[in-house]
Amino acid sequence: MADIGTLNTMKAAEDPVRGQLDGPRGARPKRNLSRRNIMLYGVLIVVAIYYLLPLYVMIVTSLKTMPEIRLGNVFSLPKDITFQPWVKAWAEACTGVNCDGLSRGFWNSVRILIPSVILSISIACVSGYALSKWKFKGSEVFFTLLLVGAFIPYQVMLYPVVIILRDVGTFLTDIWQGTCGFFTSAEGSCRGRVQLFGSLSGLVIVHSIFGMPILVLLFRNYFASIPEELFKAARVDGAGFWQILFRIMLPMSLPILVVAIILQVTGIWNDFLFGVVYTRAEQYPMTVQLNNIVNSVQGTKEYNVNMAATLLTGLVPLAIYFVSGKLFVRGIAAGAVKG
Amino acid sequence: MAIAESADTVAPERSAPQKRPLRLFRNLSSKIALIPMIATAVIVFMGGTIWTVVYSFTSSGLLPRLNWVGLDQYERLWGTTKWIISIQNLALYGICSLVLTLVIGFVLAAMLDRKIRFEDAFRTIFLYPFALSFIVTGLVWQWILNPDYGVQGVVRSLGWESFTFNPLNNPDIVMFGLLIAGLWQGTGLIMCIMLAGLRGIDDDIWKASRVDGIPVWKTYTRIIIPMMRPVFVTAIVLIASGIIKLYDLVVAQTSGGPGISSEVPAKYVMQSMFGGQNLGQGFAASTMMLLSVVIILVPWALLEFGGRKRG
Repeated sequence: MADIGTLNTMKAAEDPVRGQLDGPRGARPKRNLSRRNIMLYGVLIVVAIYYLLPLYVMIVTSLKTMPEIRLGNVFSLPKDITFQPWVKAWAEACTGVNCDGLSRGFWNSVRILIPSVILSISIACVSGYALSKWKFKGSEVFFTLLLVGAFIPYQVMLYPVVIILRDVGTFLTDIWQGTCGFFTSAEGSCRGRVQLFGSLSGLVIVHSIFGMPILVLLFRNYFASIPEELFKAARVDGAGFWQILFRIMLPMSLPILVVAIILQVTGIWNDFLFGVVYTRAEQYPMTVQLNNIVNSVQGTKEYNVNMAATLLTGLVPLAIYFVSGKLFVRGIAAGAVKG
Repeated sequence: MAIAESADTVAPERSAPQKRPLRLFRNLSSKIALIPMIATAVIVFMGGTIWTVVYSFTSSGLLPRLNWVGLDQYERLWGTTKWIISIQNLALYGICSLVLTLVIGFVLAAMLDRKIRFEDAFRTIFLYPFALSFIVTGLVWQWILNPDYGVQGVVRSLGWESFTFNPLNNPDIVMFGLLIAGLWQGTGLIMCIMLAGLRGIDDDIWKASRVDGIPVWKTYTRIIIPMMRPVFVTAIVLIASGIIKLYDLVVAQTSGGPGISSEVPAKYVMQSMFGGQNLGQGFAASTMMLLSVVIILVPWALLEFGGRKRG
């Protein structure tokens, strides 16, 4: 391609008409600034501006003062930059009676995120491993069932999960009080209750349940691609189920673990539906609290605070996205193409 | 886990012809490890779905109760204006979103596939909205489409006084306001999938079509797109399942307003289940959502998996 290509390009550059007539038919070798390329780049840049616009507007608005917002338009640059909206969004913005800002939602989200990611990934990792290397009669049936479940709208399963969480909570409370009462005779020392519905631990379970189809699929396909010989050699050497998992499979599965973590962190951080259904007001994750702050009817709308709050909420997934780069793409592609 | 381990290792020794271990205990570790997954699949996904469908035939109000009323809930559902509007909105949004996402996603992917410079930068820019939640997306676009300070205000301040573009306060076009935001968030993903599909196509195809002198656009429409059928099917399934879930975006951007003109089924379900203490209606509505998924998915599954077996 190289020699003939550059030759043709030079010829074409010297004499465009002859280049067109004499050259090979079909697509001409590319010049850097052919008319088609200019159009291509032009379109791409315009589209890129459209995609970047909301991010720009968020940043610009969050740095303006309210009087300036009322005078100008959303796209103008701030005249004197103020960080007051950010401080207010983080520490003072009100939802209902609480006026301690988005920080509460942020820490709630962190408290939900970390256990959810760990629990969901460990369950999915073990399940994927069992499904790929230790198949038994019926295991594929359950797996198919799980994948079919991924397509069921969440709304169908929301209420049954409420009931399951409530009943399991009561059941665990009974067990706890029973065993506790068996060992201590003092009256009233066993008041502790296990509450799953309306608590962060319940939400962690919910995230683990609904994240399972995609994660199990991810891990199953990954482990299935690990050579069978490796697995058999370990079996011959006398390693069992857990030994093979921890000594051989897990050390090899760092890439897929990173992909799964990226997938789960962004997914759980961005969740709104489960947060609003399965927790109470003071435990709302960041997205729910953000919506309550911005869409609250009382008071005057402070657009700069709203945009600062919005940007704060988007910051975590954005940071993950820009840091992880290609892995993020791989994660969603792996999740999307097969799911 | 100690029990599981021993059962696993001891099993082969005991398997003398006359005394085989119980089938249930073979491969026991694996079965124990899969308990959470099996419980999820059977109890939550299957059990929960059946439960909801069964209770949609009852008159459950504040609490689920098993007093049968037959199809009453469904009759009420289809007699409710809000539900009808929800369905119409979703259909409008769904068709536009499906077509536009596919077209924009493919065109962007094709442009990035033309061996251009800064491909990574462009891809990063097109995909970043996908990392953001629908709540953030909805709130940003609510602000950009603000009639006083947003797009309309800017164009008016430039001198075009009669310019009106106020989708979030106009019941007729409010769904397009949502569509703009939804497309901004979702096209990047489809672009990525399409790009992966385009990269999977053999370079020889391009060379052959160049040798034959087929124009580029014709190569795309006649050769490349038909070859990418599986990718398109995946993309369509993905977009469709996202459309039916449409909820957060509406809550953040319009809260269903103005009036009830941007209500969607998922929001109707949430409202009757957790807002209106009208469980039966919620169950019936969510069963309808399930039905629509089944209608979309069954033909796809038959095509995809039925065809594979025959082939």
